[in-house]
Amino acid sequence: MTMAEMLALGMSKNEQPIETSWDVERVRADFPVLRQTVNGKPLVYLDNAASSQVPQVVIDRGSRYLQEEHSNIHRGVHYLSQRATSAYDGAREKVRRFINARESKECIFVRGCTEGINLVMHGYGRKFVGEGDEIIISEMEHHSNIVPWQMLCEEKGARLRVIPMDDAGELLLDEYDALLNERTKLVAVMHVSNSLGTINPVKEIIARAHKMGVPVLIDGAQGAPHLKVDVQDLDCDFYIMSGHKMFAPTGSGVVYGKAEWLERMNPFMGGGDMIRTVTFEKTTYAGLPNKFEAGTPAIAAQIGLGAAIDYLEGLDREEAHRYEQELLHYATEKLSAIESVRLIGTAREKASVLAFVIEGVHPHDVGTILDYEGVAIRAGHHCAQPVMQHFKVPATSRASFAFYNTKEEVDIFVRAVEQVVEVLG
Amino acid sequence: MSALTELYNEQIKEHEKKPRNFGKLETANRVAEGRNPVCGDHFTVYLQYEDDVIKDIRFEGEGCAISKASASMMTRSVKGKNKADAEQLFSEFHQMVLGELDEETTPNQLGYLKVFAGVRNFPVRVKCASLSWHTMHAALEGEETTSTEDFGPDIASSQISA
Repeated sequence: MTMAEMLALGMSKNEQPIETSWDVERVRADFPVLRQTVNGKPLVYLDNAASSQVPQVVIDRGSRYLQEEHSNIHRGVHYLSQRATSAYDGAREKVRRFINARESKECIFVRGCTEGINLVMHGYGRKFVGEGDEIIISEMEHHSNIVPWQMLCEEKGARLRVIPMDDAGELLLDEYDALLNERTKLVAVMHVSNSLGTINPVKEIIARAHKMGVPVLIDGAQGAPHLKVDVQDLDCDFYIMSGHKMFAPTGSGVVYGKAEWLERMNPFMGGGDMIRTVTFEKTTYAGLPNKFEAGTPAIAAQIGLGAAIDYLEGLDREEAHRYEQELLHYATEKLSAIESVRLIGTAREKASVLAFVIEGVHPHDVGTILDYEGVAIRAGHHCAQPVMQHFKVPATSRASFAFYNTKEEVDIFVRAVEQVVEVLG
Repeated sequence: MSALTELYNEQIKEHEKKPRNFGKLETANRVAEGRNPVCGDHFTVYLQYEDDVIKDIRFEGEGCAISKASASMMTRSVKGKNKADAEQLFSEFHQMVLGELDEETTPNQLGYLKVFAGVRNFPVRVKCASLSWHTMHAALEGEETTSTEDFGPDIASSQISA
């Protein structure tokens, strides 16, 4: 029975069959931040696409590092430095397994996706892109996968091409084919849209680029938290992740790059730890991954990312994905039933992101009223102004669900949206 | 009355739906655009400023209920004022929404602008309420653009946690 059929029969949520065996209460207990009230009401955290919450095991791992292991890495011969280095490089090996990279040296630690994309822009773009060359992105990209390429194009006299999307928020692949040509030097697209929820057919996008010999960067900020990622199966040339969107602390992140590219690329930042020898005449660079990790990194945060990966691997991720899909469908049905609500992003394949506008009500006012009810959502342009322009809205409201959210929270969210309509509609 | 209905009171809702002095001012000699890059709100304030008097004022743009209603009421309240009086009113308004001025006990010229007092319970909305005022101020100063990022923290010192 579908949700629509159940609603049509007037079944209450208590009568709905349990569709997954996901034990949400047990998972929720792992996230201490969720146990609080806002304005005297239980916190309903539906802003996971902006930043996800951190489980106790990750907090504990970071604390343990700071209490017992903190030291600088890759330098000292002393005991603590060795412990810190081993924990840090241990996290790198966890990342390798998590995304099935061939070698851990292909996993470069960065502070997040923005830094990661900028690393590829400087390292690959400034070396391999020249005048008259073209870079393909898509209409739904986050500003962090637009602006670095625009800066590069401006510097090099190259041209930015954009794969358009339709009004459901799906990329038009025929248009993509028409854009690919012998001048294309890179395709850079997001795995999952933060503003629409669309899951892009990245494997197909990669295969089509590779037929033309063009490398592909995937912005995995929203992909890695929701989907199983296998970089060898995707055959992407770069896959970029932000730790704080996948239950790790801010300041952690990864650039996966095929070694054959990383070795040929320019370094990103210059400084300590990324060199082999330095004289005033010439510097030679360290091998991978150190070549791209100048300076002392966010050691505790990256070790936290390793712990978050352990946590995720301890869950049944397929079941987590099914559960998130169930939440998305439930929320979509309930929200669509409100007359003045218009959903933004109705692709066939979506992650648990639900963006909407209410006729005559600005999203910021929606955000304030929901916050008053303890419900945290994002209101704004979601760092995707071209998406707002496509849908001819100044901004949207966005609820984004994680596997620790509940149907009861969806009910509270929907009731709060109904209240917005009452107060301001 | 809950904090929410105090914020979204009838006067504010009415000004949002039917903003006064909305549209371009052909006779303007001072124009400034104000933006809040965080939420995308943007307003253009047109002034006909002559002999140290705001002879006429209009505004255009898009924003949330709070920013739009505030722009509408701002234009009403500064029209006909000289620069010093307009700036004084801005200062009182700003202190009120920050919760640093009790409009009931401290003498002030706020008048019907007191309907924005409820903003003080929603610190993140202070920028919304003050955007058009900052823009009016920029126009008076002869600047062409202003941005909430240039306003400073727009937060009462008492609200900054340790």
